[in-house]
Amino acid sequence: MGLLDNFRSANHGRGSASVAKERLQILVAHDRIARGRPSYLPKLEREILDLIRKYVDVDPNAVTVSYEQDERQEFLELNILLPDQSEWYQSESR
Amino acid sequence: MIGGLGHLGLQEDLSLSRVIVITSGKGGVGKTTTSASMGMGLAQKGHRTVVIDFDVGLRNLDLVLGCERRVVYDFINVINGEAHLNQALIRDKRCNKLSVLPASQTRDKDALSVEGVGQVLEELSKDHEYIICDSPAGIEHGALMAMYYADDAVVVTNPEVSSVRDSDRMLGILASKSQRAEQNREPITEYLLLSRYSPNRVVRGEMLSVADVQEILSLKMLGVIPESQSVLNASNSGIPVILDTQSDAGQAYQDMVKRYLGEELPMRFTSDKRGMFGRLFGG
Ligand SMILES: Nc1ncnc2c1ncn2[C@@H]1O[C@H](COP(=O)(O)OP(=O)(O)O)[C@@H](O)[C@H]1O
Ligand SMILES: [Mg+2]
Repeated sequence: MGLLDNFRSANHGRGSASVAKERLQILVAHDRIARGRPSYLPKLEREILDLIRKYVDVDPNAVTVSYEQDERQEFLELNILLPDQSEWYQSESR
Repeated sequence: MIGGLGHLGLQEDLSLSRVIVITSGKGGVGKTTTSASMGMGLAQKGHRTVVIDFDVGLRNLDLVLGCERRVVYDFINVINGEAHLNQALIRDKRCNKLSVLPASQTRDKDALSVEGVGQVLEELSKDHEYIICDSPAGIEHGALMAMYYADDAVVVTNPEVSSVRDSDRMLGILASKSQRAEQNREPITEYLLLSRYSPNRVVRGEMLSVADVQEILSLKMLGVIPESQSVLNASNSGIPVILDTQSDAGQAYQDMVKRYLGEELPMRFTSDKRGMFGRLFGG
């Protein structure tokens, strides 16, 4: 049994440790992005959402602001998901 | 949130000695074990060293060091002016270069104030080369106080997902919430200490390896402490495990102290003890 287990883990490299490592790499990458975000980001996101909703009835999750940074510059990306057309026509026809 | 203390002139005075925080985020990873052994190790090398227990309410550094019956006054008493520092400091009986400042068992964590901690550290820095702060778990007030004045941080990590993740979070906090960060000074020097390591489980692919953890956290590795019965034996008898010179964990802590002091040493106790035969058939 020891022999078999050993071949399994050594030869195929799929012990739970490799799963742990993959999960960690993703987790830590996410954490680090969140950590690097300027502190005004959540508030900015909320205020943009409020503003959009004055004109368009979007979902509360429709606005995302993402932030990225490299050595030279910072990027602020604003994404607004408008309700899809079919829904629009429906709500208008009502 | 935490006010700078530039006006008290602490920055200059503290620079005479080195403040080291032993931290982790996650609990039970070996911070107190490490604080006691690193403190004893530095003291044995001839450096005046004090270890402070910041784990208010859960004090156990004094137990690990075997001086619990000599505690009269504690850190909070000193901060509140109820006792002088030299009344609260306990001099180790095995090595007179080592002192302990115990935590209070009864008080509230909030009794640790930035100013109060700063004043105690300043006074300690007059006659100690190393001030080791044994941090509580978490990222709450007590942990922030333990790291606020740090020059160096030893991030104790176990080879498992939640511990590595919390260590990484702690790195973010060290980089933003310390006095060095607030004053835009050179950042805290961060070290990784991997503890409770089981080489045979790594070989079986059941545990993250030294290389895995180092790749994820990319910190200077100060040591790898094996999972060892000797740690429990030592803490049962109130002896820091570094004094058990026959044990693997004790020797690993001795190496760690030497590396901290600048020696380059290969890592020991990182490969499977059993030979190939044992590995193949041991299961
Ligand atoms: N290398 C090790 N091998 C075996 N047990 C350990 C090791 N390091 C710590 N322990 C045990 O783990 C528990 C938690 O250790 P402790 O140093 O109190 O952690 P923390 O201060 O981070 O909460 C204790 O029972 C201790 O004896
Ligand atoms: Mg502890």
